[in-house]
Amino acid sequence: MNKTYEILTAGFGGQGVLFGAKLLAEIGLLDGKEVTWFPAYGPAMRGGTCNCSVVISDSPIGSPVVSHPNLLLAMNGPSYDKFIGIVASGGKAFVDSTLADTSASSAKPADGVQVFNIPATKLALDNDIVGMANIIMLGKLIKETGFASAETVEKAMKLVTEGKEHLYDLNMKALKIGAEY
Amino acid sequence: MPSFKRPNALIDMPTHYCPGCTHGIIHRLVAEVIDEMGIEGDTVGICPVGCSVLEYVYFSCDMMQASHGRSPAVATGIKRANPDKFVFTYQGDGDLAAIGTAETVHAAARGENITVIFVNNAIYGMTGGQMAPTTLPGQFTQTTPYGRDTVREGHPIRVSEMLSTLDGVAYAERTMTVDPKSIANTKKAIRKAFEIQKAKKGFSIVEVLSTCPTNWGLTPLKALDWLKENMLPHYPLGVYADKGGNE
Amino acid sequence: MNKVLMKGNEACAEAAIRAGCKSYFGYPITPQNEITAYMSKALPKIDGGVFVQAESEIGAIHMVYGCAGSGVRCMTSSSSPGISLKSEGISYLAGADLPCVIVNVQRGGPGLGTIQPSQADYFQATKAIGHGDLKIPTLAPNSVQEMVDMTVKAFEIAEKYRTPVIILADGLLGQMMEPVSFGEIENNAAQYPYGAYGHGNKRERNIINSLYLDPLKLEEKINERFERYAKIAETEAAAEYDKDATIVVAAYGSTARVARSAVDKARAEGINAGLFRPQTLWPFPVKQLKEATGNAKAVLVSEMSMGQMVDDVKMALEFKLPVEFYGRQGGFVPNPDEILKKIKEISNN
Repeated sequence: MNKTYEILTAGFGGQGVLFGAKLLAEIGLLDGKEVTWFPAYGPAMRGGTCNCSVVISDSPIGSPVVSHPNLLLAMNGPSYDKFIGIVASGGKAFVDSTLADTSASSAKPADGVQVFNIPATKLALDNDIVGMANIIMLGKLIKETGFASAETVEKAMKLVTEGKEHLYDLNMKALKIGAEY
Repeated sequence: MPSFKRPNALIDMPTHYCPGCTHGIIHRLVAEVIDEMGIEGDTVGICPVGCSVLEYVYFSCDMMQASHGRSPAVATGIKRANPDKFVFTYQGDGDLAAIGTAETVHAAARGENITVIFVNNAIYGMTGGQMAPTTLPGQFTQTTPYGRDTVREGHPIRVSEMLSTLDGVAYAERTMTVDPKSIANTKKAIRKAFEIQKAKKGFSIVEVLSTCPTNWGLTPLKALDWLKENMLPHYPLGVYADKGGNE
Repeated sequence: MNKVLMKGNEACAEAAIRAGCKSYFGYPITPQNEITAYMSKALPKIDGGVFVQAESEIGAIHMVYGCAGSGVRCMTSSSSPGISLKSEGISYLAGADLPCVIVNVQRGGPGLGTIQPSQADYFQATKAIGHGDLKIPTLAPNSVQEMVDMTVKAFEIAEKYRTPVIILADGLLGQMMEPVSFGEIENNAAQYPYGAYGHGNKRERNIINSLYLDPLKLEEKINERFERYAKIAETEAAAEYDKDATIVVAAYGSTARVARSAVDKARAEGINAGLFRPQTLWPFPVKQLKEATGNAKAVLVSEMSMGQMVDDVKMALEFKLPVEFYGRQGGFVPNPDEILKKIKEISNN
């Protein structure tokens, strides 16, 4: 990594939007970067829309609120509709195409934004890891961006699954599925 | 033969209370219990806002002055951090049952291991005789000049009965201080409450029916009669909760 | 130094515990709930640890009064509407000269307002936290690391000067995670000798009190307290700032992070902008602001409010420089481009 990543993860509450964002933040920390993680917090605890800003940079971070992400992770249709338009030119958007139909959406990306459709929810179902669509998406994101070394990702995953070791293997499996899609 | 002398837990000085007020008696009873249990050095008292606001001047143990109604919360803070010390609050009816109702009820519900001395004289004394949460129906006060109308001003609160419904309350008794016998009974109740605290059984409260000759507009003796005739029927004496077991 | 990712709220709680604060009293309110939750989990595991979820903010602050009054280091935390409720107790704490730490993770008001970040409690914290003649040292962190460092500092100031201390954070600082290091935090908590915890028949009784019916005594007490305030103003005022800037952007807390980005962008475009970030709001760092503005032609204050620090800036500068304001309300965090635009406007004038 040698640039500033301004990442927005978004989806329904319960889809692991915050957890996925935390994995990215831990990766940044392990790589010795400046990192911020800031959830849009609100009264809806489950099922509502949810998003989280992660900034990873070589220099001190001003606002932790991402207003023009260069990486977007959209876990459902409403999140795609809401955020695709603010992705910075040259940025990348990763969309769970099981839950978002990008071709039918009236919202359009700016020029120079690359959109990746990954049927993450379906892949999770097919591979018996329901609830890990978020990690499948991250697998794709890490592969497409050269975000971090495999070793760093493994270390970060160990950190975020600490105390729940049985989840580590499942999460690593999800990352692999995403990367290979 | 026992001699009559000032308890060590009280400082040798005149109090500011009005003639015929029973605060002085109740102070003394608390002090006698502290002396008898030998706990002056381990006791922290909390005085309220109201007539007994200056109580900290009179007691020789460590004292804390609390804001109006908050004594049970203050007591919680002291007791939790110093669980082996004795903590008592001394509160009037406005302090305990109006502005401090939430603090009182929740300290009781949590079973805070503290002792509350509740002086109920059915009126606000210090501010000049306004309606208290324990003012009787029909009672005249500065703010119920036509007599307390329960339609307009609501009903008085029976604190001991109300608190006795809470599982955290280990001891609740209502007494009065109108004659030697009732004074002796009040002391017994205060001792019991402190013993309950010593045994770490939970919240203890002694509600003492008390007079306010000044604001009732009566002589001290007539005030005692008024208490017996008017307060007793509404606030029956007795033990309302006792989880202390045998002494 | 080993760094971990933590939310500002959690880091504040952990720092307090490491500094020897074993007693916490609080009441749930967003966006500070992680402090209460952290304490409820950690303190029961510590010998002598005390956690009470109070019946109200009023209850919580008076538990702090009792606990601090008994000589034991303690704290509470809340967010704006809850701080209003604590106001009574804070005045009594100040009146009884009791140390404690009060964290305000600000949200928007007035009234129920919003749970989103805000800085609209500046006046409340620095000018009118409770009735009576009093001041409360107010620290303004701008990162998760400073949530840690200032929590430790807050206890130090509180006990050194026998005063409550406020940490004025906001929802953004409370909720965000950043890498943080705890370094070596010294646990130097000891029971205050002036506490009412039972004299043990070994010393004179201690009385914790704010009532002085004798006017001479109250006046004397207040004067003594203001001498302490003067010492605090002289020694504890702190700020971080650039020197020699022509346009100085003054901002604290979260807004200062955004202002930093805006200032850096302005510099990249050839504008001689600089940042002035007060780390204490009371005492306001007057000398530091004068130094930061030695070469300035204008000051831009930016806050998540309608402009509450503006008056302090103007007074510190003795009304000698033009002072502009840019703020957002309603829970919005300004973005760097908004502040940059304002810097450019000022620069072009």
